[in-house]
Amino acid sequence: MKTTQQLEKQLKRHSKAAKLEIWGKVVSFSALLLIVAVVVGIIGFVASKGIATFTSNHVNLWDFLTEKKWNPGITDANGKPEVGALPMIVGSFLITILSAIVATPFAIGTAVFMNEISPNKGAKILQPVTELLVGIPSVVYGFIGLSVVVPATRAIFGGSGFGVLSGTCVLFVMILPTVTSMSVDALRSVPRYYREASLALGATQWQTIYKVVLRAATPGLMTAVVFGMARAFGEALAVQMVIGNAALMPGSLVDPAATLTSVLTTGIGNTVMGSLQNNALWSLALVLLLMSLVFNLIIRLIGRKGRLQ
Amino acid sequence: MNSKTQNKIAIGTLYGVAGLVVLILLALLGYILVSGLPQLSWHFLTAPAKAFLKGGGVGVQLYNSFYLLILAMLISFPIALGAAIYLYEYARDNWVTTTIRTAIEILSSLPSVVVGLFGFLFFVVKLRLGFSILSGAFALTFFNLPLLTRSIEDSLRTIDLSQREGGLALGLSRWETITRVILPAAVPSILTGVILSAGRVFGEAAALIYTAGQSAPALDFTDWNPFNISSPLNPMRPAETLAVHIWKINSEGIMPDAKAISSGSSAVLVLAILIFNFAARYLGKRLYKRLTSA
Amino acid sequence: MFVSNDVSTTGTMQERHIVQPRDAQHPIVLSTEELHVFYGKKEAIYEGDLQFARNQITALIGPSGSGKSTYLRSLNRMNDRIATVTGRIMYRGVDINQPDIDVYEMRRRVGMVFQRPNPFAKSIYDNIAFALRLRGTTDKHELDEIVETSLKQAALWNQVKDDLNKSALALSGGQAQRLCIARAIAVKPDILLLDEPASALDPVSTSQLEDTLLELKKQYTIIIVTHNMQQAGRISEYTAFFNQGRVLEYDTTSHIFTNPQVQITSDYVSGNFG
Repeated sequence: MKTTQQLEKQLKRHSKAAKLEIWGKVVSFSALLLIVAVVVGIIGFVASKGIATFTSNHVNLWDFLTEKKWNPGITDANGKPEVGALPMIVGSFLITILSAIVATPFAIGTAVFMNEISPNKGAKILQPVTELLVGIPSVVYGFIGLSVVVPATRAIFGGSGFGVLSGTCVLFVMILPTVTSMSVDALRSVPRYYREASLALGATQWQTIYKVVLRAATPGLMTAVVFGMARAFGEALAVQMVIGNAALMPGSLVDPAATLTSVLTTGIGNTVMGSLQNNALWSLALVLLLMSLVFNLIIRLIGRKGRLQ
Repeated sequence: MNSKTQNKIAIGTLYGVAGLVVLILLALLGYILVSGLPQLSWHFLTAPAKAFLKGGGVGVQLYNSFYLLILAMLISFPIALGAAIYLYEYARDNWVTTTIRTAIEILSSLPSVVVGLFGFLFFVVKLRLGFSILSGAFALTFFNLPLLTRSIEDSLRTIDLSQREGGLALGLSRWETITRVILPAAVPSILTGVILSAGRVFGEAAALIYTAGQSAPALDFTDWNPFNISSPLNPMRPAETLAVHIWKINSEGIMPDAKAISSGSSAVLVLAILIFNFAARYLGKRLYKRLTSA
Repeated sequence: MFVSNDVSTTGTMQERHIVQPRDAQHPIVLSTEELHVFYGKKEAIYEGDLQFARNQITALIGPSGSGKSTYLRSLNRMNDRIATVTGRIMYRGVDINQPDIDVYEMRRRVGMVFQRPNPFAKSIYDNIAFALRLRGTTDKHELDEIVETSLKQAALWNQVKDDLNKSALALSGGQAQRLCIARAIAVKPDILLLDEPASALDPVSTSQLEDTLLELKKQYTIIIVTHNMQQAGRISEYTAFFNQGRVLEYDTTSHIFTNPQVQITSDYVSGNFG
């Protein structure tokens, strides 16, 4: 009996392993909490600065979203500051949507080519090239836009060459590798037997691709495109370098315009903390942040729908 | 039109599209390298920049890029590692975990300019760190954390469950199993992820222009006392990086040879990314081989 | 109780037939009492109380999904995070299924070897030595000695003694499984649980492994899950037959194979199902 008691004591002693286990859990969970704190911190700070325009400067939220004059330093005839963010909001959406419209067929076409038509060439040439280009810094895209796209636009359409068109071109090339490689992943996840079954029924390769593969991969392809759009919407420097930075409603695709990010990049350093001009910029940042949350939500919804199917 | 002709046309079109994309992408790479490589010289890579004169280099910026990269990696790696370990090894599948995962996903989808602005607000202004290497390193850390965490988690996932059971069955705690069995086995894949994320950090500019600043004071490379203002190690000095430099000289346009300098800098950035990519693959494979063979 | 239609078995067949080992030379060291295992709300084991005799080999057999592996993994609480285990697991008089038991200390006494060989991505030497080092054995000579004896006991020493610093991942399946056994016995456990250790091995490696186990039982109490009935017949003293979460029959191996008392056991050991 004595030995039993000894054994029980030994087995109930808190071993070194048990202590290490608690330590490990605490340490790793703290690291995780730190990341969560960062996320909460970013959202909290940007939101609190962003709403100051409306709470302490008493700008009307509706005016902010719909007015077309952006001149936070100046007050208009009614004594209200000119903080209409519509031109930037329109600018951001315009280049995002246009670049996605141009990039989608190219990206999906290339992905189909890589995965369905010529997997060998795809793996050998296209895969490494797209992977490499995904990693190219956005300033490099901006610089090339500045030295190639802008002069080309100027030569063809006249004007300064800066504008929505140039911005779209730069973003198109910039998101192309990302959307392509994500589309490849989406196509790859379609089971092989889908294709075999379709081909066995006498469908041509194109019919198989169009009616079976693309349809099965639709949620993944949509995620790829939305992901590209989110990247385009949030891109700052590459766009800022080629869009002309005029906070006006774009009259045509070759007029200088502005986006939320471009105004932020150029403006934040030139305004005084706490002033209306500065607060208004933070409101733009808040719009940017909210839009990135919306993109996130859309991607989630697509994912959920894809699973339900 | 019968389905065979349709098929031929469609496949032909796809060939065309893919060809065009290859052309665009190769033209892009070609342009960067062809216009940039001739600019590269020892002088270009080491000399300090000149504001109003021709013939400046990017030595300080290049150094700053690496210094920031290393600092950011030193801060973000342990945090990402801990978070990934908790998420993959400890976390149970419940709403807390789901919420945390969502938070990390949100962080990874935030535009880097927003991360930079937060860094400006919090580190530069609130904590009075000013435009400094330290502020920049923190901003880059935030930018890097979600992706690095996910990449490490993926690396942990590649290690078979049986390895964990093997450790536990020997009476090891989970923590000992993770640190002594799982992590060593996952090193090749973790390293690959770290190097790839280093490439992203190296080229990041938007998060830095309002945190690490847009000026590169001259450095005295003989003074390694981190408390001296011209010391390369001083973490409190403003530090323009190569990527920020490209943006800066193109937006200001006061440098007479801005275009040549930008071309050269772009080529350096792209080459660095290329090297990071190859190094990641090579080292990963090499380490894996060493681990599994004699 | 129901009656057998099978003329080859004689007498009345029972629904359940449990005879716990009674042997003064081999006292009971491990037993379960009212053990129930749940996966969520689903009950995986609901009648599985067995007693295990010291320095003997007990085989757990039964069709796949019968709960034998679940039962085995519950014995050293490897199921802790996966399932809920209620009831008592008595190890030398101590209930090790209590929350205040230090599972790490307990698992050093109740070791386990798995179905698929799982050597760590370390050298052969470190596979065995590293857990010892973590528990404070740092003396090089002592470690060398333990590594050598463990490998000898697992009948692997002669094949690897010159390659101790090579990666264990380069070993063949049979060698890797022996290494896992050496690794498990290096921490000097009392009881060794083996979960279908030979299922991934070729016949030659399997028979070598069986010889090793027969050798090992002199020092350890061995409980082995197997779906190879010949294996159970060759090496074990006692055999328990599992079916659908219950132990239907438990007796000496010779009884189970020559004179089963339960119809399903009889069908199973004669190869009629499972």
